[in-house]
Amino acid sequence: MSVTDANPVYDYVLGLGDNSLVLGQRLSEWCGHGPVLEEDIGLTNIALDLIGQARLLFSYAGELGGEGRTEDELAFLRDSCDFRNLLLVEQPNRDFGYTIARQFFFDAYNLALFERLCDSSDRRLAEIAAKSVKEITYHLRHSSRWMIRLGDGTDESHLRIQQALDNLWMYTGELFESDAVLEEVVTNGVGVAPETLRPVWNERVDEVLREATLQRPDDQWMTSGGRSGQHTEHLGYLLAEMQFLQRAYPGAAW
Amino acid sequence: MSAVMTSAASPGPAVEMDRIWRLLGSVMDPEIPVLSLVDLGVVRDVIATDTELEVVITPTYSGCPAMRVMEEGIVKQLHDNGYEHVQVKRVLSPPWTTDWITAEGHRKLLEYGIVPPAGAAGSKRGLWDEESGLRCPRCESERTCCVSDFGSTPCKALYRCEDCLEPFEYFKCL
Repeated sequence: MSVTDANPVYDYVLGLGDNSLVLGQRLSEWCGHGPVLEEDIGLTNIALDLIGQARLLFSYAGELGGEGRTEDELAFLRDSCDFRNLLLVEQPNRDFGYTIARQFFFDAYNLALFERLCDSSDRRLAEIAAKSVKEITYHLRHSSRWMIRLGDGTDESHLRIQQALDNLWMYTGELFESDAVLEEVVTNGVGVAPETLRPVWNERVDEVLREATLQRPDDQWMTSGGRSGQHTEHLGYLLAEMQFLQRAYPGAAW
Repeated sequence: MSAVMTSAASPGPAVEMDRIWRLLGSVMDPEIPVLSLVDLGVVRDVIATDTELEVVITPTYSGCPAMRVMEEGIVKQLHDNGYEHVQVKRVLSPPWTTDWITAEGHRKLLEYGIVPPAGAAGSKRGLWDEESGLRCPRCESERTCCVSDFGSTPCKALYRCEDCLEPFEYFKCL
């Protein structure tokens, strides 16, 4: 299956699902490794929401694709070049600050996006968005608070969250880029033009960074390629672990 | 899909429908076993045709792992009471809200030690909102604070009482 499938709505919905699944998988790596028990539970709760949202989106994509693919097939039997997720969400967890900075950038974007998708001309997508937006509100609240606690915390926490911010900044340009699939779904009212989300995102990011006494990095060279299947090396390792069982034992079921 | 019992004029189907809702009212949430799926507002509709019963449910959270167990609970309960052909249908819209938890549900939650959702869900959407002044379910002190927005299940947050020092759970607004 290629990412330039004939049905742009399929590609679009699949891409949204890929964002949720990949970030959900990343967060689930924290299970049993959280810095404190509450955060172990918090991060994995967010992972659960994201994987739930991915399932809703993949089930719908499976119907749109016309080949009768199940959510499991879409999650476990595609290679990295077929994943349309943003590069940001596949970046490794590194430390807790890094995880929080990645989550904050994505939550601020995802909430702005899903709030708009509630008005999508595609009824099913609008329903999924209306369900998800309630959960994403809690995610953004959680990551915003941690940005502030770490930024306005000790010298060490401030230094590390600022470093995470600086290092991840190059992945934020892609959030607002468009491509052929997006242009098509925006034209028919199904999708949201990414560049129109930038003002809301900027406002939320600036508000939280100010409160957190953190510096917004200067706009620099931005990398991209996730939506066209050109990923960083990290996605391959993530998929290798996530897909292992279905690759080794095709069709295995509980 | 014909002969929907709910709208039938004769008393027979209405009595039957009451019985079905009562049966569903005894299927408990697997993670909060004092709350039935009806108390929780998860069961949205029951549609009876000549040949089968369709129970319409909606998930609380997208990734709630209890959904499958809830479906099995519904089918088993109805099977055990003579309804052979039962379909459970999941719908997403309108999305579940804590506003649908019944007054009875609120009472049972509190009795169980979980503080029920405070206020209407729509009013709790702000980025910085946090419940303050929640009353401790053990000592009734209002000096409580939020420890984490996420608890042992997706639907709950963790709080602590500053007076009796006991932790407690809050069923957060959604």
